[in-house]
Amino acid sequence: MAFGPHLLLALMEGVVSASLLALTALGLSLVFGVMRIVNVAHGAFFMLGAIVTWYVADLSGSFWLALVAAPIAVGLVAILADRLVLRPIGYEPESTIVATIGLLYILEQVVLMTYGPYARPVAAPFYFRIDLGWFGYSGYKVIVAAAAALLLAVTWLALSRTTLGLYLRATQQDREIAQAFAVPVGRVYTIAFGVGGGLTAIAGALIVPVQQAHYLMGLDALLLSFIVVILGGLGSLRGTVVAALIVGLSDGVVSVLFSPTLAKIIATLAVAFVLGVRGRGLFGEEAA
Amino acid sequence: MTLGLHLAVVAALAALQFVLPAFHHGMLARIMVLAAYAVGYNVLLGYTGLMSLGHAMFFAAGMYGVGLTIQHWGFGIAAASVAGVAGAIVTAGAVGVVTLRTAGPAFLIVTMMLAQAFYLATLYFNTVTFGDQGFILPALEIGIGGRMFSLADPSVKYNVALVVFAVCLLATLWLVRSPVGRVLVALRENDERTRLLGYHTGRYRLVAVIVSGLISGLAGVTYTLLFSYVGSTFAGVLYSIYPLLWTLLGGAGTTLGPLVGTLLMTYAIDVASGITDAYLIVVGAALVLTILWAPAGVVGGIRARWARWLP
Repeated sequence: MAFGPHLLLALMEGVVSASLLALTALGLSLVFGVMRIVNVAHGAFFMLGAIVTWYVADLSGSFWLALVAAPIAVGLVAILADRLVLRPIGYEPESTIVATIGLLYILEQVVLMTYGPYARPVAAPFYFRIDLGWFGYSGYKVIVAAAAALLLAVTWLALSRTTLGLYLRATQQDREIAQAFAVPVGRVYTIAFGVGGGLTAIAGALIVPVQQAHYLMGLDALLLSFIVVILGGLGSLRGTVVAALIVGLSDGVVSVLFSPTLAKIIATLAVAFVLGVRGRGLFGEEAA
Repeated sequence: MTLGLHLAVVAALAALQFVLPAFHHGMLARIMVLAAYAVGYNVLLGYTGLMSLGHAMFFAAGMYGVGLTIQHWGFGIAAASVAGVAGAIVTAGAVGVVTLRTAGPAFLIVTMMLAQAFYLATLYFNTVTFGDQGFILPALEIGIGGRMFSLADPSVKYNVALVVFAVCLLATLWLVRSPVGRVLVALRENDERTRLLGYHTGRYRLVAVIVSGLISGLAGVTYTLLFSYVGSTFAGVLYSIYPLLWTLLGGAGTTLGPLVGTLLMTYAIDVASGITDAYLIVVGAALVLTILWAPAGVVGGIRARWARWLP
């Protein structure tokens, strides 16, 4: 293939991974913004979304049902984790990190015990090929990118137009003032954690037909999400989306033209360089 | 009294080698090296209040520093060990400079990112590092006082591990009771007040990261020499989580905590791996239960209840 079409293919891959990455990282960013905690188990939620999708699609034969079931199941797991572990330790930042690392291993190993060490695919719900002359491109991937973009827009609307969104934003800006204005902060925390897990679970579900479900797939998702939220600036949703586009595109392009491993090394070093120049990331708040 | 206690612990470890059966003898040698790693981690988490999720890169920098120079350039043990420790110091210095530009939870995220980049680099450059498969070093010998000792001999292994652990333990005991150590604790307790008192907090933090990286790297060097294997597994995220767990379980901010935590956890994992393939669930459960029920850890709990003087 000539370089021009090859670059086009790489860019298309980049757009697909950028949109999924935005969805994954948005969950992490939302949780950090509202609750001021770093959820290390975020990648495990992504993985769990993919695994649930495989189970539901395998048992019911319907990918669409799986796509609905995955975020609900993972959201419930997240809510349970919030009530049983995070709330009792009072969301203290360091304890929460330790607890979510523990949660990561528990979820991963439970999946290993039940689902096993296999990588299993789920058939895409539809198949068509977009012929671009130089190469054909999977129609499913294009739809996935569009669906992820749509979900981002929906999340955006929900945050800016609904009462729940208002509660979330109020808690993010000032927890105590929000409480004084009768925002049920405790419940908002739980919901934020559940929604954060649910969003990343959808990304995990959407990716299964392309990438197969495996119990260790969460680590890459976690790493890329971390890169994105740090580059975008901790706590800034806008920064997260912009950074996801940058990181996703470059990751996709370098992955196709060189190697996926090299792509992740370069992305990390690039972000380290940005931090050297600007410690709070692109859109981060002033360090308190 | 404090110094006496630490010397007694070292003496007890030295005496144990004569009574332990072969299996536990070997386990304890390994545990002492890993405990030295945890001691290095504790300098940062326990005494400076910085939580890192990327210490595997310091451990592995020591490991690759010693392993690659022996493998590719035929270095002697002494020169290779210096290369390993130097590698860890340089890595820690570079990581420290980048990460300390950030504040709060970003420190932890960035250390994890950088460690993962380091891990991926060990896979990517597999023509040099042999990636996942790693490589086995030839039988090594050290000369002490004109006599040669084989590092494959169990009792040599045990005593080398003991010496390295004892040096790391006593060095940190000295450090945390020195003026520099007091400043580090002050940083942990109240960053702003320490800065107001006129201390250059950034510089002290960097020193803490480098000392912590140095000790972790030394542990990596020792591990490589004693167990003759280098592989990218040791640079992976699990080997960053381990020292965190060992330190927390034993008691962060106590000098003896890392040893206790490493001892308990290594045996727990050994037992669990005999029962199930998913033995890492023990790691997850231990992390969650420790943080829920015993956030001060074993030695931290003892200090709070009975022995306020423990360092």
